[in-house]
Order: sequence, then structure tokens, then C-alpha cells
Amino acid sequence: MSTEGGHGSAMEPLLQLRGVSKYFGPVQALTRVDLDVMTGQVTALAGDNGAGKSVLVKTISGLWEPSEGQLLWEGEPIHLHSPKDAETTGITTIYQDLALCNNLDIVQNMYLGHELMRHLVLDEGAMEKAARQTLTDLSVKTIRSIRQPVESLSGGQRQSVAVAKAVMSNAKLVIMDEPTAALGVAQTRMVLDLIKRLADHGVTVIVISHNLNDMFEVAERIAILHLGHMVASGPASDFDSQVVVDFMTTGRSDRAAAGVATAAAAKS
Amino acid sequence: MTDTEAVPEPKASPPQTGVEPAGEDLPEDLVAVAPDILANSLGEYFGAWWKRIRNGESGALPILAGLILIIIIFQVQQPKFLSSGNIVNLFVQAAFFILLGLAELFALILSEIDLSVGFVGAVGAAITAALISNPSNWPWWAGVIVGLAASALIGAFQGTLITRLHLPAFVVTLAGLLGWAGVLIFIFDVDKGAVGGVISLANNTPVYQLVNSNMSPFAAWVLLIVVVAVYAVISITRTARRRSQGLTTPPLSITILGIVVAGVAGAALVVICNLNRGVLVPLQGVPWVIPFVLAIVAAATWLLGRTRTGRYFYAIGASPEAARRAGISVSRLRTIAFTFAGFTAGLAGLVYMSRLGSISVGYDGGTYVLYAVAAAVIGGASLTGGRGKAIHVLLGGIVIAAIYNGLALLGISTAGTQIATALVLLAAVSVDSLVRNRGSSTTI
Repeated sequence: MSTEGGHGSAMEPLLQLRGVSKYFGPVQALTRVDLDVMTGQVTALAGDNGAGKSVLVKTISGLWEPSEGQLLWEGEPIHLHSPKDAETTGITTIYQDLALCNNLDIVQNMYLGHELMRHLVLDEGAMEKAARQTLTDLSVKTIRSIRQPVESLSGGQRQSVAVAKAVMSNAKLVIMDEPTAALGVAQTRMVLDLIKRLADHGVTVIVISHNLNDMFEVAERIAILHLGHMVASGPASDFDSQVVVDFMTTGRSDRAAAGVATAAAAKS
Repeated sequence: MTDTEAVPEPKASPPQTGVEPAGEDLPEDLVAVAPDILANSLGEYFGAWWKRIRNGESGALPILAGLILIIIIFQVQQPKFLSSGNIVNLFVQAAFFILLGLAELFALILSEIDLSVGFVGAVGAAITAALISNPSNWPWWAGVIVGLAASALIGAFQGTLITRLHLPAFVVTLAGLLGWAGVLIFIFDVDKGAVGGVISLANNTPVYQLVNSNMSPFAAWVLLIVVVAVYAVISITRTARRRSQGLTTPPLSITILGIVVAGVAGAALVVICNLNRGVLVPLQGVPWVIPFVLAIVAAATWLLGRTRTGRYFYAIGASPEAARRAGISVSRLRTIAFTFAGFTAGLAGLVYMSRLGSISVGYDGGTYVLYAVAAAVIGGASLTGGRGKAIHVLLGGIVIAAIYNGLALLGISTAGTQIATALVLLAAVSVDSLVRNRGSSTTI
């Protein structure tokens, strides 16, 4: 499987946002947001409802272009005009609804839109083999047969399929929107492990989450939005739950560790 | 019947189940949904199959059970029902419903509906009839091509309206139902060969002979043996190849069982058709329309199951949003589906016209389209999209034809026929819904 990136280049930023702003008419959804997403790391994107997480994610996934500012991909400026652009670049977004077809089986879902063909006919054998290999690489073990329809899977298993689909399309950056929101304890465990394994495979991950426990478990970096401003970002070890809650609710924290880049520090 | 034995049986390499991720102690919930993919022997396979039925994935079973029930009822009431003449007649009647049901299936899989297929088929047939009869006298094949092209174009046109203008398919095809009925009458008005609103086919044109002419008994056997042999070779080599690659495969015995069932059913059909069913003059042989319809069902099965287009149809039917995000051009495929619906309706129109030897203004496309929906739904297609198989529509069409035919044989009026069809449709959908709900209680 694709392991380009690897662990060696851990401190190379894969994606950088520089002064990204987004207006919708008079409404300013994002204000001069800076963010570094490091290759092969899991970055948690936190923020209260309405903080601008979704707007930021949609900007990165090519749904619209920023009103101001710039996106850098591996150090080079990029312009994403459409979700298709983002996908060719290597950015895959997994939304909460997962976008799977319930009536199709796991293999069919993983290859939906880029099926392998042989003499004008679907090459089921090749697709099944590759899909199985990807799932094995990701250590997805709870799925019994990859020929079962997706409607028979649990929520966590569906997440796994969506993630495997992203890996299959050689995504370098996978953005996951609230991947554990609707899941029980065991299923959450499964998805968190999967996120870690993704990072182990050299895939960079951005996770949007409300759940602080999950965030601290998987994230190596944390970035916090508050009312469209990036109020804090830094290594997860520099944060604790209380600090994150402070930033999420008020946009500032008196207890922030020195390593955290805060909006307040930037101003002074 | 020596065809299946004649096939050299490639001894499949011993089942390589090592790669299979599943092994022992299977969880109940998976066994419920897709047990057959985990079974490795014939016994296990049947066990899994039974479990699957109990858990709601009944497949074609309720249709078959219903069909057998209907046959028993009619046979008890009227012993002529299962006479060879009537069975052939029933299949010929079913051909039209099967093809129209297939046309409807293309729309239903995409979670759409096409109310116009009845008249779209008739317009195509009427164009063909007008072109190949007096005064135009085109060669029959040219007339057929133009008629089918007209039906397909109408489908494409309606599909374009639905996708480009974002109009509901129900409304566009309802307009089609009314509009193409008008166009049909218009064709009879302008065609100089039409007499009293009827265009008749000459007895020697292949369009007429499709239904009214039979294969020789010998030719029928040859065709059956060739078809079964080809099917056997393809499916056995395919199973063996998949198994040797360590892919999910049904046991070889299941494949062989499928071939044997196909062979026996085909042989029974040929035997029945080859009996003399004539009253005054001898009449025997398989009507050409039967292999014709089977070939179209096979083609539709191939299209839906093995090609990208078919895969996308099912994907769009289940979740247009997921399909769109996967980069599938949803509106293009919707238009293609309506085009297929129009084209298949054109084939149905040809079969209808061939059976009667003519087409007239009395054609009741409004009722036929409802029979088409009924055939597809009885066959397990879902109005909510994403489900339905061509082979099941075949069974659905036969059910409709059996009711139609049986009640006519009993001398029951149109009123009775329509009420009975309604009841069977409701029964089929209820059984399906009850069984399916029981199966999906674990999902949201």
C-alpha cells in the first residue's frame, strides 16, 4: 500500500493554511486562519458549534475557494476549484453520512466510481483482492466477509469501509467529520484504532471532534477554532482538557502551555 | 439430456479457504444477511440459504411459491390450464409483460418511475408497422430499427427533461402517458395503410412470425443444448478461477446444481412446446418469442450485474449523493436508464404487435404500464430504488400472465381479472415487506 510520506518526514507540513478568510456576504465565517497540518500526523480540529470547523473543512476539500489567503500543499500554493480537484490532489473527506450505498457490498462500495475493468466487464476478482488487502493492511478484522452488503454492517464497520475507500484512492490527507459521534464504546474504540493505523501508514489525518477524550487519544496536534478565528494550535501534549474547553468556549485560556501558539500571543 | 454430462468438468483445485477471512463460529448477524458467502459445502450452503430466508432475504422464493399456488388453483378449477397449448399461450402472453416490466425495472432501480412505457412501446411498434406495410413497404429490419430507435429517443428525451430541468419523473412520464397516446392516434391518422385505426402486419414478415412461428423441434433441442453447455462452461470455469484465486465463491456443487436446474427447466419447456398442440392441423415447436425474451432477460442481467453502468444504476438508486461524491455523473446515468426503459418498451411493443398481427388505436397502454409496474414489483423490485433483478421480473411477468390467462380460461370478466391482479400485487408486496422488515430489524 501507499506509504509515501512515511514517518521520517514527520515535521514536514503537508498542508498549510496562510491567512485564510471566508465571507458569505456580510458574514465572516473564517478570519485569517493559519494552520499547519504535519505529514503523517493526526490533527484534531476542535471548536464549538458555529466556530467555523465545517467552513474550514469545506474550504480544504474544494467545495469553495477561500475569499482571502492561500493553501499550500507540500509547500506549493494550490487552488482547489472543486471536490474533484481536492481528490486528485490527495485530499479525501469523510462526512458524517459516510456516503456509502447500502445495497452494494463492501468491495463495490470501495471501488464505486473507479471500478477496475477487464474487457468492458467489471473485474470483480481484482477488486475483491485489492479491497481485502487494504482492509488487512488497516487491520480491520471485525468484518467477516467483504461481500456482505454495507447495510449489514455496524456504524464502526461502516466508518472502516469509508476509511478503507479513502486509502484505496491513495489519499494523502483524510479529513474525518465527527467519526465517533454516533457510535457506542466498542465501535468508538475500533474507529480510534483505525485512525491511529492510518497515521502509521503515513496518511495524514484531520479529525473534527467534540469529544475531548477521543481527541486526546488519537491527536498529535490540536487546533482550536473560536468564532472563525484560530485561537490556539500546537502539539497535543501542550494541552489538557481544561485548556481546550477554555479555548473552545471563550477563545482564550490563562493556563495554556508555552508551546501553544495562541491568537493572543500572535497579537502581542 | 446429455448436455451437462458432456461438459468436461474442470476439477477445481481443492477449496482454498485459507485466505477466507471468515472461518468458524460465525456471528448470527452476518449469517442473517449473507450466509451463502461463508458456506463451503452444499449442505452448509442450503443451511445458510434457509437461514437467510428466515431472516428476510427471501429472494425469488415468495414469487415462486405464489406462482405455484396460482397454478394449482387454476389447474383445479380448469384442467385445461396446464395443457401444452395453454402453457405455450401463457408464455407468449407473459413475453409482453416481462419486457414491459423490464423497461419499468430500469426506472425503478434508480428510484424513479416511468408511466409512459406502455405507449412509448406502442408508438415504436406503430412506426415499425407503418413503415413495413403498405404503402411504404420498407424492409422489416429497417422498420424495426427505426421503431426501436424512436422508442429509445422518446426515453432519452423524457430522461433529459427529468434530469436537466429537475422535473419529477412521475409528472414527466405522466405527461408522456397522455402525450404518446395522442401521438399513437396521430400515427393511425396519417398512415395511409391504416384501416379503421388498425395497421396490420403481413403474415410473411419476421415481425409477425416472431410470435406466430415456431422453431422446428430439432432446432429447439440444438439451441437448448448449446445454450446450456455454454452457460455450464462459463460458470464452471468462472467458479474454478475465482476459487483458485482465493476469492469468495459458492461451492462448485451449487454452480452445477444451477446448471442442472437450468437444463431441466429448459428441457421441460422444449418438451412441452414440442408436443402437438394443434386442434385441426398439427402445431408444435417453440415460438421464436421465447428464446427472444430469454435472450433479452440475459442481456439485461449482464448489463445490470457485470457492467459499470449497471453498478451505477444500483448505486444511484440507493444513494444519489454517495454516487455523486464518487464522481458518477448521476444525471447522465439517469438519462441512460430512461433511454433503456424506452428501448425495452419498444421491444415489448413489437412483441405485443406480433402476437396480435396488428396494432390498433384500442391499445390500452395506461393499463399495461400498471401491469408492468406490478410485474417488476411482484418480482421484488423496490419503489424506493436500488433493488430488483431482471430474472425476477421474468417471474413477475409470468405471474401476471398466469392470472390473466387463468381467469380468461375460467370465463371470468375483465372486472375479475383486474381485481385478482390487484390482490396478487398487494399480496406480493405485503409478503415481501413483512419478510424484509423482519430481516432489517437490526438496521436503522
